[in-house]
Amino acid sequence: MADRHLAPDTPELRARWGSFAFNAAWDAKARQAIARYPEGRQRSAVMALLDYAQRQVGEETGTQGWLPVPVMEYVASYLDMPVIRVVEVASFYFMYNLVPVGKYHVQVCGTTPCMLRGSDDLLAACKARGMAKGHTTDDGMWTLTEVECMGNCATAPMVQINDDNYEDLTAERLDAVLDALAKGETPKTGTQEPGRHTSEPLGGPTTLKEMVSENHDYRGEW
Amino acid sequence: MLADKDRIFTNLYGYQSWNLAAARARGDWDNTKALLEKGRDAIIEEIKASGLRGRGGAGFPTGLKWSFMPKESPKGPDGNPRPSFLVINADESEPGSCKDREIIRHDPHKLIEGALVAGFAMGARAAYIYIRGEYIREAETLFSAVAEAYDAGLIGRNACGSGYDFDVFVHRGAGAYICGEETAMIESLEGKKGQPRLKPPFPAGAGLYGCPTTVNNVESIAVSPTILRRGAGWFTSFGRENNHGTKLFQISGHVNTPCVVEEAMSIPFRELIEKHAGGIRGGWDNLLAVIPGGSSVPLVPGHMCPDMPMDFDGCKEQGSGLGTAAVIVMDKSTDIVRAIARLSYFYKHESCGQCTPCREGTGWMWRVMERLREGDADVSEIDMLQQVTKQVEGHTICALGDAAAWPIQGLIRHFRSELERRIAERSGAMQEAAE
Repeated sequence: MADRHLAPDTPELRARWGSFAFNAAWDAKARQAIARYPEGRQRSAVMALLDYAQRQVGEETGTQGWLPVPVMEYVASYLDMPVIRVVEVASFYFMYNLVPVGKYHVQVCGTTPCMLRGSDDLLAACKARGMAKGHTTDDGMWTLTEVECMGNCATAPMVQINDDNYEDLTAERLDAVLDALAKGETPKTGTQEPGRHTSEPLGGPTTLKEMVSENHDYRGEW
Repeated sequence: MLADKDRIFTNLYGYQSWNLAAARARGDWDNTKALLEKGRDAIIEEIKASGLRGRGGAGFPTGLKWSFMPKESPKGPDGNPRPSFLVINADESEPGSCKDREIIRHDPHKLIEGALVAGFAMGARAAYIYIRGEYIREAETLFSAVAEAYDAGLIGRNACGSGYDFDVFVHRGAGAYICGEETAMIESLEGKKGQPRLKPPFPAGAGLYGCPTTVNNVESIAVSPTILRRGAGWFTSFGRENNHGTKLFQISGHVNTPCVVEEAMSIPFRELIEKHAGGIRGGWDNLLAVIPGGSSVPLVPGHMCPDMPMDFDGCKEQGSGLGTAAVIVMDKSTDIVRAIARLSYFYKHESCGQCTPCREGTGWMWRVMERLREGDADVSEIDMLQQVTKQVEGHTICALGDAAAWPIQGLIRHFRSELERRIAERSGAMQEAAE
């Protein structure tokens, strides 16, 4: 199991987050989420609501967001469920941040398929920029986490930064992405390999070549 | 090689739009009403006859699974009939697997149409698509595609004008591999920690909210409308007996051009790699080992691979498994002990903590693997490790314990001499230092 710990529940934390409530936009999303489940089964929406709460905290703090205990309590009362059940969910699933993170959460995949294609170099590149696993840099910009397989194995190695994936990386390509983010730019997402579109073989697809230039309908050949 | 006209996922690489208009132009949602008019039993019979085996790893016959759902709605304690549910497993997290992502972001309407057809065949009231939390942009596409299908009257009330009411909902996970296990997924959908349930009761009897439920992989569902359109005979024309159909292969690691590609089942390993992945990095003599089906299956040494038919039975004959057809290739530059130790770390990280053999065993196995990497162990510990994997395997509620044990067993079976070499080398170095 992953080691996960809640941030201490201090008077300062209460003072900052005790009055947390969804703003109108996230409240509307929360109601939509609850409507996806049968009546009386609103607890099924706890995962969505924790995500929304984390994102609102992120907007208010200029970071990827995290879940202070008072925010979990708010979600519990929103869904009419015991606080401990919400804490259980928040601490079980890895994408809920239990402590504050930086503006950019750099999640380097280190599982075997990425490792075989050079994820060590990516971690070294992050380290060279002053990042350390499990920590946020002093300027509050970067949090580094080594994560488990993100399902981009045919375009490995990859990192996920907040909501976007950057694939087919080398240390230099990752540096370019991080430099762009640091300057407030929005670098191209997806594969960073020149000439590659998505997960087709580099150099062009070996199959379905008609699809490259037109929305081909193969039914005529059935 | 499979002809392009026989490929199901024609927009696999996303060169064209995923949206409804483009999907329709490629043949999706083409008179789906007529498919439903075949009737529940005929659909299930056709899928059974096609030989489709579940694409999520275990390879259970899909049509048979659907037939386990009750024909009549069972009554709840209050006397009212209980609904049935289809849960679609899009929690793709098996290291090496990256096919469902391509379906969802590039061909989502195949999945949604499949959800309706499969849901109708099993008498389900709704489908929940459980997509892994890390697929953030992919989930955005899926939400939009579902909204398009509702707006066009393809799902929802009177879906496709068939008179059948069927909803499709998307549920996002939040980063837990274990939720890919079907009962953990059901727990997670109910808003709980994703810890697997004991079976029985099986989901087809009591699943989501205690109602009859079937959990299917994305690929299994997404191929079903095409099978119904082209007929079981078309699907069985590919692959060997008991292993029919087409399949998305995901080739990663030390090949020249890693990729995802749809091919006929039973394609020999060498042909798959040569045609689509540009060959092994450094040539075939440089091939060390292959994990043919995602991290949970044992590795196969390189010399046993070239002629291996890439299907359920072909991989099994080599002591491994097809799993999700996530082919991880390792050349001779690989530190094979580290590659497997990293998988042991993965399972330690992802154990849900419910069963003691897995919770404690995965951490123990990882720590021993880390020492074996450095040769910092006694030769007898290799046997001890083997014994412990056997004590974890089969002694847990779900298969995560087995999945953690198998890669290590494969390593010991095929690379024991390498483990012993490292131990001897280190003890030799220690001796020298002492003198």
